[in-house]
This record gives sequence, C-alpha cells and structure tokens, in this order.
Amino acid sequence: MTPSIFEQVRGIASDILGVPAGKITVASSPETIESWDSMQHLNLVLAIEERFGVQLSPEEIEQMNNIGLVAALVEKKVSSVSR
Amino acid sequence: MPSEHKSRNLREEVDRLIGDGTSDLAAQRLTELWRRDPGSAAAAFVTSRLDQLGEKLPLQKFKVAILRSFTVEPIVPLLRAEALAYGMNLAVHVGDFNAYVQELLDGAGSLYRFAPDAVILAVRTADLAPDLWQQFADLSPDAARGAAERVVRSFEQWVAAFRERSQAALIVHSLEQPRNTSLGVLDSQSESGQSGVIRQINRELRRIAAGYRGIYVLDYDSLVARHGRESWHDERKWLMARLPIAADHLLHMAREWMRFVMPLSGRVAKALVVDLDNTLWGGVIGEDGMTGIKVGPEYPGSAYQALQRTLLDLSRKGILLAVCSKNNLDDAMEALDQHPGMLVRSKDFAAVRINWTDKSQNLREIAQELNIGIDALAFVDDNRFEREQVRAALPEVAVIDLPENPLEYAAAARDCPVFERLTLSAEDQQRTAMYAGQKARAGAEQSFQSKEDFFRFLEQEAEIAPVSDLTLARVAQLTQKTNQFNLTTRRYSEQQVAEMAARPGWQVLSIKVRDRFGDHGLVGVAITHDEGEQCEVDTLLMSCRVIGRTIETAFLSHLAKRAAGRGCKGLVGWFLPTKKNAPAREFYAQHGFQRQDSNSDGSLWSLDIECSPLRCPEWIKLELKDRELTKGGRH
Repeated sequence: MTPSIFEQVRGIASDILGVPAGKITVASSPETIESWDSMQHLNLVLAIEERFGVQLSPEEIEQMNNIGLVAALVEKKVSSVSR
Repeated sequence: MPSEHKSRNLREEVDRLIGDGTSDLAAQRLTELWRRDPGSAAAAFVTSRLDQLGEKLPLQKFKVAILRSFTVEPIVPLLRAEALAYGMNLAVHVGDFNAYVQELLDGAGSLYRFAPDAVILAVRTADLAPDLWQQFADLSPDAARGAAERVVRSFEQWVAAFRERSQAALIVHSLEQPRNTSLGVLDSQSESGQSGVIRQINRELRRIAAGYRGIYVLDYDSLVARHGRESWHDERKWLMARLPIAADHLLHMAREWMRFVMPLSGRVAKALVVDLDNTLWGGVIGEDGMTGIKVGPEYPGSAYQALQRTLLDLSRKGILLAVCSKNNLDDAMEALDQHPGMLVRSKDFAAVRINWTDKSQNLREIAQELNIGIDALAFVDDNRFEREQVRAALPEVAVIDLPENPLEYAAAARDCPVFERLTLSAEDQQRTAMYAGQKARAGAEQSFQSKEDFFRFLEQEAEIAPVSDLTLARVAQLTQKTNQFNLTTRRYSEQQVAEMAARPGWQVLSIKVRDRFGDHGLVGVAITHDEGEQCEVDTLLMSCRVIGRTIETAFLSHLAKRAAGRGCKGLVGWFLPTKKNAPAREFYAQHGFQRQDSNSDGSLWSLDIECSPLRCPEWIKLELKDRELTKGGRH
C-alpha cells in the first residue's frame, strides 16, 4: 500500500471520528475507537467515496473493519478505476 | 501529496488557535480550510471545531429544522460548514425518521419547541406517493387522479397546520420525477401520464405555497435534473441506510438549502462589484485596445457576454452593480460605452472606481457612495491576488472565486447564494434608476447656500399609509435589511408584520417618498402600539438613501399627531444601539424627547405630545392614506 493513500484515509478518519491522525494506526477499529458507530461508519464511507471517486458495495462496506482494511480497499478500487 | 499536508497543517493551526483562545482567527482558518476542500471529511472537522468555539464567535445564529422521509444526517455537517463560510452559526434540528406528519401537527412537540427560524420539509415522491412512483401502470386514470389529489390535500393540510403553529419559514421539496416512467415514451404523449401527474402535483404545491406568506417551494426535481438523475441516486445506500443521494451530491443538497437560508437570514449582497480586464471582457484594454479585447456573441467573447447577461439578471433582482478596475479611466470607459459586444454599459453601474488605488480602499468608497455596509458587497475578479487582498483586508465582503475557464464565470457569479431573493418588491426592480437620481441629487445639493433652500428645491412628497397586501413584502424586507437609521433593529418576517398589523391597538405604517429627481419608493416603516395613554414606537426605520432630508422628522411628527388623535398623551420609544445604527442615536433627543430610563440594551425616551413643537417641515408635502387595499400602481 502506498503511504499517500493510507495517509489520506487516516486524515479522513481523523476528521470523521474526531481522533487525532497521529493516534490512528492500521489496526484502529470500532473496538479501539469509541466514536466509530454505525452513523460514523456511514459518514466514513461517504467521505471516502466522495474523495476518491469510487463506489463501495454493501459487502465492501461491511468488511471495512479497521483502517488498514479501509486503506487496502481504497487502494484496490482506485487502481481498478484508473485502469 | 502537498495539498494533503497543507490541509493537515491548517487543521493543526486551527486547534492551536482554539487552544490560544484566538477564536476569530480560528474561524477564519476554518473557512479557508472549507473553501479549499469542501466535503464530508472537512465538514466533520469544521463543525466539531465550530461547536468548541460556539458562543465565542460573533456569528449570526439561525435555526433550521429538517423534517424528512430519508436519512439527512450526513448532509447536516455540510450545511453547517457552508453556512460558516457565510458568517453564520446554524443550529440544526433533524426530525425523527418518517415522523414529519406527527411533528407538523403536534404543537407541543420537539419541532415547535426548537423554535426554528426555518423548516425544511424533505419528502420524496417514492415515500409520499408509492403508488404513483412504483405502480403507476396498475392505476386507472381515475385512480391516478385520486392518488394525486390525496397528495395535494395532504400538503394543504400540513401547510395549514404548520402556519397555525409557527411563523417560521417553511421550505417544501417538490416531488421528483422517476428516472424511467412505467410506460416508457408513451408516458410523454399525454398530461395524464406518470410524469404529467407528478407535474400537476408540483403545480398545486406552488399554488398552495403562494396562498401563504413565508411558504416556499424548493424545486427538488430540477435540482436532481441539474446534477444528473442517473448519478444523483445511490440505490445501494438507500437500501443500506435509507440515504437515497449519492456521496458526490450531498454537498449539492446542502448548497440548495443554503440558497433559501441566505435570504431568510438576511445574509444577502446588495451590490456586486466587478473587475473589467479578463473579467467583464477577455484581454487587457490598456494593452490590447478596442479591437483586441474579446467580448461578443462568438467564442471566446461569448463567455464574457454570458457573465454580463448574469449581471443584468442580478440587477433586475435589485442588486446594484459597480466597477472596480485598475485601468486608465478613458480606455476603460471607451470599452464600456463604445465596444459593440458589450451588454452592460456604464449607465448600468451605480458606482465606478477606475484607478490604480488598491481594491479594498475602492470597495470601502463604493460602499460609502452607495450607502450600504461593506458586508453588503460581493466582489468578482479573475485575479487571485486581488481576491486574496480584498479577503484579507475586508473579510466581510463576499468574494467570489472565479474558475480558470471563462466559460464557467457566469455560473460562478450566478450560483453565489448571496444573490438569492425570495420576494421582489417594486423597489428592487428599479433600484439602479433610483441611484442615478441619487447622483443627480448629490450634484444639486452642492449648488445651494443653505440646507433649507436645497430641501425646498427638492420638492419632496411623502405618502404615509397603513401596511397593505401590496406593501407587506417590502415592509418586512426593510425591517430585515435596514441597519443604519433603525432605532430598535427588530427583524420581522412578512408573517409577523401581518400579525402585528391585525392586532388591536397596533399600527404598521409605511412611507413612500418622491422628489423632483425621481421616486425613492417605499423607504420607511413605523410600528407603534398604544398602552393606555402612551403610544410606544416598536420600530422606526428609514432606508439610508433618504435620511438627512427631514423625512424622518415628518414621519415622527405624523406618528405623534396620529397618537394624539387616538387620545394618547405621550409618545415613547426605545433606542437600542447596535454596531451600525449610530445615525439614529441622537434622533429622539433632537426631536425634544426626554430620556426616561436606560439599561444595558438601550435607552427609553418619551415626548409629551401636547407641549411638543414637533411639526412636519414646511417643505415636505405629506399625503395620508387610511387604506390602501387593492389599489393598482404605486401612487
């Protein structure tokens, strides 16, 4: 995964979840971040779709269980869009 | 990504400023951050910091309630961030999911307890009329008509129930058309098809809204069409989260709501100041000359003509136009008045500054010349440096960022929500002509020895009348917009003005003024109510374009005379100081009132009518109208 996508995802998550970017790691998840509830999950999805110009399926949205998985998913979607 | 870093740095700076207690600067940085990168992530950051700063910021507060049949929560931060960029702190109340009917009807419920300034009723065709939306092919023509009538009746009942319970503005989403009609192209062959029936409902909705004050239709179907019906919808989010709008369009929804919030809250620009070179025409007149600049019906001049057409449209809505350009005066005026491709001419501009002085100084002078606040100016310039200079020196000016491509200029100016209006008065439509009269007046004033001689020469005629259906919109508008000569600065909606006028013992009066140079239209409002033998002035205001011509004395003397006629012995009124109403500060003292009381809000003044020498100045011809019900024409 390129650092810039992870960095961007971390920035978005920091804004949406109200947690300093420095405290977010690939392992950050709804279990470790209290504010990450279902409404914030939706907001995170919307912010990612809007920023990267991608559309996430219900299955993909369900699997976004930590920041590392989110970044990997975005990486995959972005590369398939640009191809 | 450098822009990513810049965004992060801005966020860190905001938090540092909040920590230091430098709230104003923090708010400025938040606005900058939002403008760089408007979207869901930035909106979440901006609103969380806005809530931290909260009361410390001198922002206008405005309360919006959203009643809905779908998920709107992700749009709320976008709306609040967008409002902050226009100097507002929006409080937003979201009604329970699909509970809009109960909420409209329950006078003691959470909607009315929130005491909103504006309410948005966001209901979709699919939720309100599922039969018309999904099963249209199953319906007989009679059944379809019946279904449409049922929807119209519901709207009628909801609007009436709302108006009984609240004086707030109500913004109703119109019904959208389906992406594909059930019968394909056959549907377009008659008005009783699916799209025809929905159009009919929307027509009825407009009729219902027009029957009330302060009820407005948001053309949701046009909004969706403008951004593309296919891309607007996101079926997966609808099924997952009851959110029917795709991520990319949530900001468009928020901005559409802002187009109503701005005029409702009075955040409007009264004048648009434009640059010339590479803004009003392509090229630089001082270098390219009359034959070199681009403006006309052909590309690329057509892009500049489109912007000029937009300027004319805005001026028809009562927005004054002004020029601020770094140029040689003669070159620029020749292009303005002689170039065959120009749609606007120098006569369309109420103020012109063509010189080499910096633009913020010119903008200050333009505001002064037009007698409006600096916060009532919008500014458009292709040059980024000029825009930033104005932004830094005069943060209250609405600076419009022009895109790189001139073909997009017209839309950028047109779509700026500071130009939205929800009602138009006769005065709005003639404002530019009125300012031309103003210039002639100022010229004449110079040539008289004494003020009195000048007043006699002006031949002013004033007409005082109770507020009527014809003048209600203008009267409410004046209470909302007048800042300088305004003794109490109480803001009222049309609905509130109508309600006061109907109250026993209350009077709502307006004054129209004309003189030898032209018609000023309706320029003043007085609201009074009798309490025993005292008549209290609730509101007294005058548009700044007539103050200092003794019209205010004529108006006040009439209030006193009228009060005496009703048996009142005294005339009393508060002066409530604001940042802007210094021109009214000495008004009561100058007219023989005695100070009775004062507190932290202001001072209370009173006049013993019988002993007062207050008279209408002899040079003003006063005409009184008791009733002005359905008279056509303005005089």
